[in-house]
Amino acid sequence: MTRALDNVVPVLAILAGLVAAWYVAAVLLNAPFQRDLDRRAEETPGAIAFIGKTLSQPKPTMPAPHQVAANFFENTFLRKITSNRSLVYHAWVTLSSTLLGFAFGTLLGVLIAVGIVHFTSLDRSLMPWIVASQTIPILAIAPMVIVVFAAIGVVGIIPKSLISTYLSFFPVAVGMVKGLRSPEITHLDLMHTYNASASQTFWKLRVPASMPFLFASMKVAVAASLVGAIVAELPTGAVAGIGSKLLQASYYSQTIDMWSALVAGSIVAALLVTLVGRVGRLVSRSMGARPA
Amino acid sequence: MTVGEATVAEKTTVVEAKGLGLTFQTNDGPVQALTGVDLTIGKGEFVSFIGPSGCGKTTFLRVIADLEKPTEGSISVNGMSTEQARESRAYGYVFQAAALFPWRTIARNAALPLEIMGVSAEEQARRIARVMDLVNLTGFENKYPWQLSGGMQQRASIARALAFDADLLLMDEPFGALDEIVRDHLNKQLLELWARTNKTICFVTHSIPEAVYLSTRIVVMSPRPGRVTDVIESTLPKERPLHIRESPEFLAIAHRVRDGLHAGHSYED
Repeated sequence: MTRALDNVVPVLAILAGLVAAWYVAAVLLNAPFQRDLDRRAEETPGAIAFIGKTLSQPKPTMPAPHQVAANFFENTFLRKITSNRSLVYHAWVTLSSTLLGFAFGTLLGVLIAVGIVHFTSLDRSLMPWIVASQTIPILAIAPMVIVVFAAIGVVGIIPKSLISTYLSFFPVAVGMVKGLRSPEITHLDLMHTYNASASQTFWKLRVPASMPFLFASMKVAVAASLVGAIVAELPTGAVAGIGSKLLQASYYSQTIDMWSALVAGSIVAALLVTLVGRVGRLVSRSMGARPA
Repeated sequence: MTVGEATVAEKTTVVEAKGLGLTFQTNDGPVQALTGVDLTIGKGEFVSFIGPSGCGKTTFLRVIADLEKPTEGSISVNGMSTEQARESRAYGYVFQAAALFPWRTIARNAALPLEIMGVSAEEQARRIARVMDLVNLTGFENKYPWQLSGGMQQRASIARALAFDADLLLMDEPFGALDEIVRDHLNKQLLELWARTNKTICFVTHSIPEAVYLSTRIVVMSPRPGRVTDVIESTLPKERPLHIRESPEFLAIAHRVRDGLHAGHSYED
C-alpha cells in the first residue's frame, strides 16, 4: 500500500504542476482574443470574470484542461463506439493499423538482425542502408507509399501499416543485432567445446540472451508504430483514425477536438508501451530472471 | 620417482604434445604464447599447470580443447587431432567463471551438453541425477544460477562438464575467484570425484598449495615466451586429507614448485 503510494505521489505531483502551468498558459494565450471580443462587445469584466471567459472559449487558441477533459469524456464514453465522432472508434482504426505494422516491423527487424549476425556480407551491405532509411522524413514518404499502393489497387490498412513497419523495424533490427551478439565469449567457447552447430548455438544461446534487448527495442518500436499510423492518416485523406481526426479538427479550428484526439493518441501509446513492458517482464520472469 | 614414471609409462596416453608452439599475431607484433612444449599426459592422471600470468598455461589448455590452433609442433588427444577430439566430445571444459546460462535452472544447465548431443530425455534425467549427486548439488536442480553461491555455481559448471561422461576434464582456474575456505572444500570434493570417476584431469592454477594438494604431476611454466620449466611428480599418496598440507613431504614438493617458478621467472622486470 505504501509502495503504491510512493509510486503514485510523484506522478501526481508532476501532473498537478503540469495542469497548473497549462491553466496559466491557457489564460495568457487566450487573453488577447478575449480582450478583442470584450472591446467589440463594449464589456469590461473584472479579473475573475475575464479569466473565466478565457477558459471557456468555444475555439480557444489553447484549450483549458477541463475543456479537453470534458470533450474527451463526451467523445469517449457518451458516443456509440461505431459513431464517426467516437474517439474509441478512431483510436481502434489507428490501433489496428499500428498493431499490424508493429507485427510486420518486429518480424522484419528480427529477420534482418538474424541475417546481419550470421553473414558478414549482410552486416557490411545492409547496415548503412538501414541507417540511411531512417533519415528520410516519414512525412515525405508516407503519401508516396499510399499513392503508389493505391495505384496498384492496394488500399486500406496494408499501406497504412507499412508506414508503421517502416518506423518500427529499425529499433528492433538494431536492438536484436546487439542482443544476438550479446553472449559472452566464454558462453560461445562453451558451445564450441560441445561441437554445437550454428543453429544450436542460435536457439540455445543467442536467442535467449537477446530477449531483454528484444523487449527494450519493441517498446521503442511500438511507440514509433503508433506515430507511423497517425502520420499515415494525415496526408492521405483518411476518413477515420486519430490522424484524420486531428486533420479534420485543424481544418475547422476545433482546437478542443484536436487536443482530445492527442490525449487519445497518448493514452493508446501509453497502453501499448506498458503492454509490451508487461509481456517483457512476464517473459523474463519465466526465464528465471531475478525479480527486480 | 622411478615408481611414478613406471606407472605413467604403462598408462594409455591421453594428451601428447611435441614441440608445441603458439604465436599470436597482435597489433604490437607477434607474441609467443607457447614454445617448445613436450608433454605426455596418461589416463587417470591429475596434472596441474602452474605459473605466473602470461606463461601460457591457459593457452595450453585451450589448445588441447581446440579453442586455439597451435602454430608449431603437434598435439594429439586420445590419438586424434584436437579438432577430431572436440568433435567426438572427448573432454569437458570448466571455465574460470561458472559460465552458466542465467535463463536455465541448474539441472537444465547441466543438461545443455546432453541436449546438444541429442541424448534422450530419460537418459538426460538419469545422468543429471548422477552428476548432481557427484558434485553434492542434489536438491538444487530447480534453482536458477543467481540463487546459488559462487562455489555452488562452480560445482554446477563441473556437473555440466561431467554430464556427458568425457574421460578428460580440462579445468581453467575453476576455483580462482572463490575464497579460501570454499576453495579448500571444493579441492577436497574434486579429489573425491576424481577418485570415484577415474578421469584424467588437466587443472590450471596459480596457487602452489592447490597444485600440490591436487596433482599427481605438476607442470611449472614460465612466461616470455611461455614454456615448461619443470615437471614434478608428486610423491603424495592418492588418499589426501586436508591436513596433509602440513606434512614435510607436501612442503618439500611445494618448495620445489616455488623454486621452479623462481628459476623460470625473472622477477626483476
